[in-house]
Amino acid sequence: MSKDWPLWEVFVRSRGGLSHRHVGSVHAPDAAIAVRHARDTYTRRMEGVSLWVVPSAQIVASDPAEDGPMFEPAEDKIYRHPTFYNIPDDIKHI
Amino acid sequence: MPSLPPIRPEDERNARRSRGAGTFDAPAADEPDLSLFEYVLRLGDDSLILGQRLSEWCGHAPSVEVDLSLANMALDLIGQATHFLDYAAKVEGRGRDGDALAFRRDVLDFRNCWLVEQPNGDFAQTMARQFLFSTWQKLLFERLTSSSDEYIASVAAKAVKEVTYHQELAQEWVIRLGDGTEESRRRMQEGLDWNWRFVPELFEMDELAIEAAERGIGADATRFIEDYERTVTAVLAEATLERPKDQRPILGGRRGHHGEHLGHLLAIMQYLPRTYPEAVW
Repeated sequence: MSKDWPLWEVFVRSRGGLSHRHVGSVHAPDAAIAVRHARDTYTRRMEGVSLWVVPSAQIVASDPAEDGPMFEPAEDKIYRHPTFYNIPDDIKHI
Repeated sequence: MPSLPPIRPEDERNARRSRGAGTFDAPAADEPDLSLFEYVLRLGDDSLILGQRLSEWCGHAPSVEVDLSLANMALDLIGQATHFLDYAAKVEGRGRDGDALAFRRDVLDFRNCWLVEQPNGDFAQTMARQFLFSTWQKLLFERLTSSSDEYIASVAAKAVKEVTYHQELAQEWVIRLGDGTEESRRRMQEGLDWNWRFVPELFEMDELAIEAAERGIGADATRFIEDYERTVTAVLAEATLERPKDQRPILGGRRGHHGEHLGHLLAIMQYLPRTYPEAVW
């Protein structure tokens, strides 16, 4: 039966002020039941104060075959990290 | 090895009545509040038996998510039962605890309503039972939050949130299965038809229930029968289901009259602690 139900990605906000974080997925026949399934599956041990569910089919993902052009160019750009720069000793409060 | 039945409060009461004061061995100085004991027992047994029933689904539900939903509800109910039965045992004051009441009472001593002991059937029948029961239990617990008994009020205040969730979840499934496919609709209609005759018992006010309501410990169920009807009617309409025909109501669970199903349920539930009384886990 569950294979007939669409998949939903679940995001949980663990505390007020934090972002929702992806925790997994559930099967459910519709959005309202997906929220209930997410609650019953992922917040049983006080993991969250807020839930999002998103139809998995709506997620647009990068293509793993394109990993090279997508991510490798960032590998040697260490100057994009703040730690690359020397900070003069007389600069305070940084 | 068969054991002698325990001396129950009602046995003691009858004994005291029949022989007159002074002839019964050392009556307690403080009379236990047996009406309170019985009333709390009803609350605890409803939750215990339905919790045990729902846990039978564990590992067998239509999907892993539904499996968790049902197990979560079962655990909520068993948690309520623990609070109520521990309290009942304390009120009774005979040295029993909640576990003794759950695992070492026989079927005739259980005070749950008939609805909760009904077999699970298919998923639709389970959800029909849950909807009919949780809608009632929610209305009851809302009122018990202002019970004059502080302990009942505090358990009800915690439990009403759990039960509200059960009610909503069951209601959503009744609507989805009723207004679903031809097969799901047929199954939900059959589930409702099966459980329908056990609903009037929920609103039966016997002598003890009236006394509990008058003392402010309990709630008068007849006061929220209209709210119950309104919810059931609205949900059945949205689910495009027919209201089952009224049948001869089945009553008597509160007095220890039960169907054959309860004995089988207890046999499984009580087997381990009765066979291995020292077992801990």
